[in-house]
Amino acid sequence: MDNTLDATKPGAEEFRTALLEAGLLVPASVRGAFHRSFAFDKIVRGIESFVSASWDQQRHQLMCAPLLDQSVLVKSDYVISFPNLIGVLTSFERPEKDLPKLIERVEAGGDWAELLSANGLALGGAACHHIYPTLAGSAVPDEGLFFEVQASCHRHEPSDDPARMQSFSMREFVFVGAEAGAVAHRERWLERGSDLLASLGLSVETVPANDPFFGRAGLLMGASQREKAAKFEVIAAITSPNPGAISSGNYHGDHFGKAFKISLASGDAAHSSCFAFGLERISLALLHRHGLDIATWPASVRSSLSLDD
Amino acid sequence: MSSAGMTIREVLEANGRLPVSAMTLRDDDDLYQNGLSSHASVNVMLGLENAFDVEFPDELLRRDTFKSVAAIEAALTTLGAHVQSDANG
Repeated sequence: MDNTLDATKPGAEEFRTALLEAGLLVPASVRGAFHRSFAFDKIVRGIESFVSASWDQQRHQLMCAPLLDQSVLVKSDYVISFPNLIGVLTSFERPEKDLPKLIERVEAGGDWAELLSANGLALGGAACHHIYPTLAGSAVPDEGLFFEVQASCHRHEPSDDPARMQSFSMREFVFVGAEAGAVAHRERWLERGSDLLASLGLSVETVPANDPFFGRAGLLMGASQREKAAKFEVIAAITSPNPGAISSGNYHGDHFGKAFKISLASGDAAHSSCFAFGLERISLALLHRHGLDIATWPASVRSSLSLDD
Repeated sequence: MSSAGMTIREVLEANGRLPVSAMTLRDDDDLYQNGLSSHASVNVMLGLENAFDVEFPDELLRRDTFKSVAAIEAALTTLGAHVQSDANG
């Protein structure tokens, strides 16, 4: 995948330059990661509160740690579907007698990282992946458990386009329970989420998702996902008129129920679904739509996002 | 059972992670209804390419292509695979 700013994203480069000049985003030490100004952060927090307040369902609310046990990547199938996007952490776990080797390698400017080994930790790629391990081995009621979760997420896809960050945050509304409830949850949230985003002045459209599964095998995985109508995205202009996903609704069937042994009263595996808001992408879409001077945004948008508080 | 049908079933046994034996499936039994997952279908696809020495073009990388032994055999035929001869070769 070409992740540079190219002709498929007209105006993206100018928009990026303007964002950086305005100080809304500051490039971090790695490509594809950005520090956000407090002004940008205020938009993110406004979206968090806005979407949260829209739902009166009793639910568990969690701000998740960004780390996963490496085994969760296996159970979620993430390691097979997106091996190029995952991030696992490494540490020096050799005996102390090997330390001189590390020092020598560092001082010689060599590849010291190859002396490290995977330490069992992985960066999460989606907020809801943090929830299933907390339910592992338990039974959930047919009417389901509801969650509102947020996590800082990582996907290894270095790009200059702020619409494709390597480090971003996601707020998700998750259901785990019987099949009918899981399907209904995704349907309701696709509609609610799309309405909420439209109410902020964004031109949104709901389309079948087109996840970047890895390689040729990924073409089959993606085709399968679309034919099963498993996942939909809400798309809008983010950093260019050429739209991208700012939210998505995903029905997982009993995949996570089986993988994490989450059962219903009947003993069958629980079904799950989620709806995710990509907080940085929505913030960028709002800046793209309403301009970089937040003080001049429409009063209704400023009010919805509590930007005047 | 044709030799291709046998080879396809062997690939399914080795890669399909089916809860049932592929040898007991009829040619037109729905593999997905018999437990073939999306991920396993990828392994089946790669296994078939290896067994029949073919490469599925992008337009055949669809769910339907792998939905039954018969569908797989039909796809292999369009690729010119030697489905009537000994594909284990």
